[in-house]
Amino acid sequence: MSFVSVFNELPLANLAQLARDATTVDVERALARSGHRSLSDFAALLSPAAAPFLEAMARESHALTVQHFGKAMRLFAPVYLSNECVNNCQYCGFSRDNPVLRTTLAVEQVMAEARHLVVEGFRNILLVAGEHPKFVSNGYLRDCVAALHTAGVPSISIEVGPLETEDYRPVVAAGCEGLVVYQETYNREVYREMHTAGPKKDFNWRLETAERGYAAGFRRLGIGALIGLGKWREEAIAVAAHAEYLLKKCWRAQLTVSLPRLRPAAGEFEPRHPMSDREMAQFVCALRLTFPHVGIVLSTRESPRLRDGLIPLGVTLMSAGSHTEPGGYTGAGSEKLHRTEHGKIVEVPAVPSEGEHCCATEQFVIADMRSAAEVAAKLRALGYEPVWKDWDPALSEKTPS
Amino acid sequence: MSENSSNLQIAGREFRSRLLLGTGKFASNELMRDAIAASGSEIVTVALRRADLSGQHDRFANILDFIDAKRVQLLPNTSGAMNADEAVRLAKLARAAGLGNWVKLEIHPDPHYLLPDPIETLKAAEVLVKEGFIVLPYINADPVLAKRLEDAGCATVMPLGSPIGSARGVETRAQIEIIIAQAGIPVVVDAGLGAPSHAAEAMELGADAVLINTAIAVAADPIRMARAFKAAVEAGRDAYEIGLAPRSREAQPTSPLTGFLER
Repeated sequence: MSFVSVFNELPLANLAQLARDATTVDVERALARSGHRSLSDFAALLSPAAAPFLEAMARESHALTVQHFGKAMRLFAPVYLSNECVNNCQYCGFSRDNPVLRTTLAVEQVMAEARHLVVEGFRNILLVAGEHPKFVSNGYLRDCVAALHTAGVPSISIEVGPLETEDYRPVVAAGCEGLVVYQETYNREVYREMHTAGPKKDFNWRLETAERGYAAGFRRLGIGALIGLGKWREEAIAVAAHAEYLLKKCWRAQLTVSLPRLRPAAGEFEPRHPMSDREMAQFVCALRLTFPHVGIVLSTRESPRLRDGLIPLGVTLMSAGSHTEPGGYTGAGSEKLHRTEHGKIVEVPAVPSEGEHCCATEQFVIADMRSAAEVAAKLRALGYEPVWKDWDPALSEKTPS
Repeated sequence: MSENSSNLQIAGREFRSRLLLGTGKFASNELMRDAIAASGSEIVTVALRRADLSGQHDRFANILDFIDAKRVQLLPNTSGAMNADEAVRLAKLARAAGLGNWVKLEIHPDPHYLLPDPIETLKAAEVLVKEGFIVLPYINADPVLAKRLEDAGCATVMPLGSPIGSARGVETRAQIEIIIAQAGIPVVVDAGLGAPSHAAEAMELGADAVLINTAIAVAADPIRMARAFKAAVEAGRDAYEIGLAPRSREAQPTSPLTGFLER
């Protein structure tokens, strides 16, 4: 049995109603709970009725986070491998039909990007790519991971198109320990509407990805919903249900939950159900109060002001100084740039002249432009130790048989 | 420490302090260094996954630079290892990197509650002892496992008081009492001690030492809290060595039955 059958049986409508209509008494009961909080408690904590309790929630959330994770913040950075994609997703800059500049980095170019990040301090790298089996095969991923692993990057995760368990295994064996896959939206109807072409149309296949990855040996699993597609409280409840399931089923994996809000991107899709900053803080606190041990990830999608404010509330893993296009850190891959429309190459731009920086198109526009050093300095000023290395390659090496 | 208190002995080494310190969760490495000094601790554990084992002096993984290995016994720990193979590999790597042959063996496959795996811990302990390591295994408060690890040649056992970071105190008291009663090696109560009174309680029970991390690291003033734990550990040890008065349900007159003989 996978999460799909559990998901199909979830009383999502009831929980969503609770998240809308919870009373002050429901919220107080959820807050007063000693021990494990349920999905009903989580829904009550997300509700408008909980908004006046945000400061109290934040205090408990902060205390739980410090207790379990300390006054430390883990840092990571993404390396975009490729923005080629066979899917059409209405909200994504890499969408197949978008007329954007595309490229795929060769392994040595990935290494150049990683070396740039290592100099900045990063020891935890997330490899990201669009879904395109021709350009981003599991063999290519394995080679990228193996090269980084050999070069001494201790912690490597991937966020790529979902694969079969067997196809993940060589990537894990090469030293990759984290798998990130966002469901985007847990609302089947909205999902169908958003994903109009490509393998990503298969909702269930994507929903089972984390479990397939776990079976292949990934030690860290990251899930999340892209906030802005469906109603955010309903998405949050589904994410929480998914987290609850994975904590039991995939008990050896460190689970992280991400709360990415839609950002401007090529295609100019507008969020249908925006979530305010205040609601985002409420979401973070509700997650922490319900799942004291789960990692909460915050990317550079959010503004410096909001990121700094959310640090004490429950966040445990942050990216910094990020680029969301292949070659974004070093300009690597620009020699292979091409513009595509509806999946066909229509133009190969002239090679940029010296000093001109011409890169592939980004997935989305980031909001926190501060460098890694600036973010680290801010963390220290807030009383947090920036933790760059929290993993050793020796842990992920295969034992010689 | 009172002049009469005995010293802690582990693997032939003698320590005046019976307070071991963990180094995770501090707001800065500088604060961690100062807390170690304030605690008087002579044994300090460091997660190897946080440290630079490459020998290239990585300034982004320089936690070891803040620990004076001449003054304290460095106790690298294998936190992050999910099985015996990983723990053994990490310990060997640490030794090869010049971090010595003491190892706090931690194998917790569940990354959320960090509860130790007894089967893998015993397997790894057997290998590491044979390889010449001084092994201090972190375990659940399981008296039989503690004896098995002692038989395997471990230098101590380190049963948990309650889950790591939980601050719930010596919830495993009854089991720890058995472990202490049966142990032929030092017993270090590790994890879950959230208040100096918890540490004193463990010491009064006869634990040879305690290990504290979260309660000091995340305190509003880690240095003063380190001093508070130092005092509590010393008080608890003194009380244990002197012997506590037996507990009673009722008030006891000084000489209820035989007082007449004194008149």
